[in-house]
Amino acid sequence: MRNRKKEMVAMILAGGQGSRLKELTIRNAKPAVPFGGKYRIIDFALSNCSNSGIDTVGILTQYQPLVLNTHVGIGSPWDLDRREGGVKILPPYMGMDGGRWFRGTANAIYENIHFIDAYDPEYVLLLSGDHIYKMDYSKMLEFHKEKDSQLTVSVIEVPWDECYRFGILNTDEEKRIVEFEEKPENAKSNLASMGIYIFNWKLLRQALIEDEADDKSSNDFGKNIIPKIIDGGRNVFAYVFEDYWKDVGTVQSLWDANMDLLKLDNGLNLYDKSWRIYSVNPMSPPHFVGSNAIIESSLVNEGCVIEGEVYNSVISPDVRVGKHAIIRDSVILPNAVIEDYAEVNRTIVMGNSVIKAGIKVGKKDGDILLYNDESKDTLSFE
Amino acid sequence: MGIINLSEQEESIKEIAGHRPIAAIPIAGRYRVIDFTLSNMVNGGITNVAIFTHGKTRSIMDHLGTGGFWDLDRKRGGLSILNPMINPQDVVQRRGDIESFKNHLDFLYMSREKYVLVSRSYMLANIDFNPAFKFHKKSGADITIIYKQMENSVRRYINCDTLNLDENDNVMGIGKNLGKRRHYDISLEMYIMKKDVLIDIIEEGIHRGDGDYLKQCLFNRIQDLNVNAYPYDGYLSCINNIDNFYLTNMELLGAEKSKQLFHDHGTIYTKIKDETSTLYSDTAHVTNSLISNGCIIEGTVENCVVGRGVKIKKGAIVRNSIIMQNAFIDETANLNYAILDKNVVISKKKMLFGHEGNPFVIRKNATI
Repeated sequence: MRNRKKEMVAMILAGGQGSRLKELTIRNAKPAVPFGGKYRIIDFALSNCSNSGIDTVGILTQYQPLVLNTHVGIGSPWDLDRREGGVKILPPYMGMDGGRWFRGTANAIYENIHFIDAYDPEYVLLLSGDHIYKMDYSKMLEFHKEKDSQLTVSVIEVPWDECYRFGILNTDEEKRIVEFEEKPENAKSNLASMGIYIFNWKLLRQALIEDEADDKSSNDFGKNIIPKIIDGGRNVFAYVFEDYWKDVGTVQSLWDANMDLLKLDNGLNLYDKSWRIYSVNPMSPPHFVGSNAIIESSLVNEGCVIEGEVYNSVISPDVRVGKHAIIRDSVILPNAVIEDYAEVNRTIVMGNSVIKAGIKVGKKDGDILLYNDESKDTLSFE
Repeated sequence: MGIINLSEQEESIKEIAGHRPIAAIPIAGRYRVIDFTLSNMVNGGITNVAIFTHGKTRSIMDHLGTGGFWDLDRKRGGLSILNPMINPQDVVQRRGDIESFKNHLDFLYMSREKYVLVSRSYMLANIDFNPAFKFHKKSGADITIIYKQMENSVRRYINCDTLNLDENDNVMGIGKNLGKRRHYDISLEMYIMKKDVLIDIIEEGIHRGDGDYLKQCLFNRIQDLNVNAYPYDGYLSCINNIDNFYLTNMELLGAEKSKQLFHDHGTIYTKIKDETSTLYSDTAHVTNSLISNGCIIEGTVENCVVGRGVKIKKGAIVRNSIIMQNAFIDETANLNYAILDKNVVISKKKMLFGHEGNPFVIRKNATI
């Protein structure tokens, strides 16, 4: 009898639209949005799982999953193509009693209790697929065990004047959580929830069943499950995370996070070979830099041909930048073509777009623009 | 099926082929020499490929793995790496590669395919084999050799095989290029034949004992077999000495040759590593260069081919050079016409100048 028991199973919530990312998510789930040139946002959660020694990951999908499913495949790039465990895509499904879409984040996990039960884990790690960060979850688990915790919430310090935007956790000196306040006007603490939780599975399982039976619940982790557990007098602790972490839910924050990568000693440090971020990598030749090209403070990927000027920008694979074209403070997604003499400022240019010769897109100051070439299929999933 | 024979002449390229076969030499930033022939085979529909190695196999085995990156991790066929058999009882190491072919005859007998393409790795081309196959089958010849008519660059193919053809493209003999004639028909050392013909050549060669190399055994049969030739006119380069290695890399800095080699008939596949995007700092000055992923460029780079994970610090100047993986070039170092093998470290203020036509080669793992 094969032993399929796992200590901890990870569940990644990847079903949301992320509507504040506008055209980037019209036909693409937020975790599959390109980032940092060669990655997709979910690569961080997946790589973190793999590097932390977690080999069983369920990904809950719902909204526009094609790009995400194709990207994840059977998990090989993240070392998650395993005989037992590995990565599993979990969509809403039809059963004997009919079918239904997931009604909320908690409901999504509820509908997949049987998946988690199959591995009989002690703990479940709940993650969202739309954050940029590197984290060793095994350290968080150690903390969880040390504190004899039943629910551990990973938190990060945010500036006091930003607290109103986050779920804030008030703790005592031992980091025990005493109160949870959603978007408080007058915050008592500046520890914000990162949406990363470790539960004792037995506790979570029970909480999910009770929540599902509650008609008035919106079946959401943040609104229902977490507050109920915290208020229920359990051992609940906050795990303080001190490294780089970014929620890229808006066009502005996605651009910001991309720009963060352009500093040599940035907080994310993707050059740390002991914690690689894996992805589906392109099979393209090294990028070519032309004789009159200028590239400064930028990231460039394979398959690009750069003949113009690129400043302070992130260039994804297989992008062509024509002669005398100028790109400043922008993010160019894969396979885009910026023709000769075109100019791009402070813009995220969607994949496969063509910016024709001489055209100017974006302004040197002002808001970040999202450029979508409507004549092209900007969704590349192969 | 395909066979890539790695027993190649390495004397003139030993500066970078000392501890690796020519097939494993890093080239064009992120590739290895064998990627081109291997990709051509896969793109031509060949799914059963055997690599006959000839020693120094660690790097090539590490690179090829199970063949997954070339789509050759298959249940039917796929990639096989066949190493020379070493019997502990053998005191004398035999010369040549024919022994290896003889020892692996089982593999040939068991393969299902009727035809075999035998190739080397050191000839770089982007070739669609299908027209050549059709030609071979239609002509009914025993062996078809793929060749290219050369007009001018004959010095680059010194010591390569040349074909003596009659008006009907039948091969009457095979010679060597001395670099003295304007017009040559250079053999790509790619032979198409029925698998049974290959087995016969090997067995007859062992039986007669008149050839240590497969190539010799094949040449010995030219008279009694029907051998013709098929012309190829795309990009060609051969990696058989340092100068050619240097020139081939530098040629790829031009859009035309680069497009021919990387894109003409199919993608060139290689092992994929999870390297980060390449970061250019605000002091980077890069022109006319091919740069792989994973690099951090803070200095000046002109006319170079740079491999993965290379770090070039501020104030360093690197020109006309080939830098292989993971090199570290410190501030104010100055390189011109150099070839750096993997993991080389060039410390601050060091100056290393080769000459055009005579690049300075620095061996793997060296620290200057």
